[in-house]
Amino acid sequence: MSDPPSAPRPESAPTMSRDEVSRLAQLARIDLSGAELDHLAPQLAVIVDSVAAVSSVAADDIPPSSHALPLQNVFRADETRPSLTPDEVLAGAPASEQQRFSVPRILGEEP
Amino acid sequence: MTTPSHRTVPDVVAYDEAVARYDPVMGLEVHVELNTASKMFCGCAAVFGAEPNTLTCPVCLGLPGALPVVNGKAVESAIRIGLALNCEIADWCRFARKNYFYPDMPKNFQTSQYDEPIAFEGYTDVDVDGETVRVEIERAHMEEDTGKSLHVGGATGRIHGASHSLVDYNRAGIPLIEIVTKPIEGTGVRAPAVAKAYVAHLRELLRGLGVSDVRMDQGSLRCDVNLSLRASADAKLGTRSETKNVNSLRSVERAIRYEVSRQAARLDAGERVVQETRHWHEDTGVTTSGRVKSDAEDYRYFPEPDLVPIAPDRKWVDRLRSALPEPPAMRRGRLQTDWGFSDLEMRDVLGAGAQSLIEETVAAGASPASARKWWLSELARRANDAGMTLAELPITPAQVAAVQGLVDAGRVNDKLARQVLDGVLAGEGEPGDVVTTRGLEVVSDDSSLSVAVDRAIEANPDVAAKIRAGKVAAAGALIGAVMKEMRGQADAGRVRELVLEKLS
Ligand SMILES: [Zn+2]
Repeated sequence: MSDPPSAPRPESAPTMSRDEVSRLAQLARIDLSGAELDHLAPQLAVIVDSVAAVSSVAADDIPPSSHALPLQNVFRADETRPSLTPDEVLAGAPASEQQRFSVPRILGEEP
Repeated sequence: MTTPSHRTVPDVVAYDEAVARYDPVMGLEVHVELNTASKMFCGCAAVFGAEPNTLTCPVCLGLPGALPVVNGKAVESAIRIGLALNCEIADWCRFARKNYFYPDMPKNFQTSQYDEPIAFEGYTDVDVDGETVRVEIERAHMEEDTGKSLHVGGATGRIHGASHSLVDYNRAGIPLIEIVTKPIEGTGVRAPAVAKAYVAHLRELLRGLGVSDVRMDQGSLRCDVNLSLRASADAKLGTRSETKNVNSLRSVERAIRYEVSRQAARLDAGERVVQETRHWHEDTGVTTSGRVKSDAEDYRYFPEPDLVPIAPDRKWVDRLRSALPEPPAMRRGRLQTDWGFSDLEMRDVLGAGAQSLIEETVAAGASPASARKWWLSELARRANDAGMTLAELPITPAQVAAVQGLVDAGRVNDKLARQVLDGVLAGEGEPGDVVTTRGLEVVSDDSSLSVAVDRAIEANPDVAAKIRAGKVAAAGALIGAVMKEMRGQADAGRVRELVLEKLS
């Protein structure tokens, strides 16, 4: 817990399968047809493999990084600032009611 | 259960039978809203009960281009909570995005911590009916609270049958600490009592730290209960259910009792317990099936790119550690000794949530015994009648001490003092003012008392004769008559002296 976690580096670059893309689409609530999966899965695989190429360049002594800048402990003082007005907030809502965002009936349960 | 035909109401077996056959294992997840002035990642005010959507901004709404910045005070509170729970504090940790699609978060993810919690591997010792039970803490991590949904069109504001939902994002982004226990084993029949005591203990500890309002009724302290049964203490863990919405101490106890009884019925029938989220219903005292754990559990956590890592400086952590308040158990022990209360008296004090109130009343000059008497009898009854906690009564410890001061000075007797409390609670001012405006002062003027005593003797010649003959116990009837005539505004002890003087 005390050191930046070092995930094992894959020996070979990962490739995304059609099943994985299908599952991701499901999780992201994107309805993809079989034809679309056939079309998109290989493209996503190319993108992910390209990014994974970084792994082959990084030596073992380079820790994985999640941020572009070597910054840490950037804190804000606990002070309040004015919020937006409800009109401004709700201006972008598809629908509103009782000064609240109106959303379709929620299927399933809270996370 | 009286409605066995409804399929969401499962058969249950009696609790005692269930724990005789199965060994319960619990895991408790407590969410604590911090009482910072502003939200976790933006400057919106973090307050309860504002008009809907008046406390939001591009950051907490997750609008494109908004950049969150961590509230340093919230990190400090998280570290203090971790230290108070004897946790290790991470040298380095990050926030992570928990991705899901549910409109209680406008940004489609919740900023949380995943495999790098700020605090981990701790424990806390809980007093359960006089016995100490150690609860191991797995982790305490930082995250942000979600918005509040209102379900419209359903019969009771629940999701079931609703036509649409209305969301208020004021709460979204309020700093939240999630405290997760390791599996709590070996509690047997006492599992519900241990869980309740743990949550009560945590509430006291957090209140002592001053990091949260810890109001379960307002949602600033919330509990999810994981429970599983196994055939015996050395069998492997059974399948667990996770019960949400357990939002009072009594519910913690009841929900666990219910889940033990329900799961035992399943296992007795040779069925399996389904791993699922369940919802606790305070009104009916049952849990109902929510969502079966499935792919919705795949939150695809990844490090939050907009927030830089946190590496708490060791000196800072040491400083926070050395400034921690006295742990609740030590404080309890110290106060009990100082006050000279018996274990039973102290348990009543704690049960009534009166420890701090008595401490402050004593600090304001009252004796411990008198402070306990007022808070646990008169005021407890009034709080109960008003459906409030003692702390919510509109009277301060200093005012209670002042009432006792009036009694000690002989200005009012106990009966009048109760009327003074009524006046203070009714907003009539300080105790001294109430005595004046209501004319409650006891009559200490001997001449008017003397007249009243003479009248009582004259009206009750046979009683007077008995007292003259040496039956001092009969004096009570005359004292009562005088007190009645003085409408209670006399010092009964002085009246007694006068009666005996005149009849000796
Ligand atoms: Zn905001």
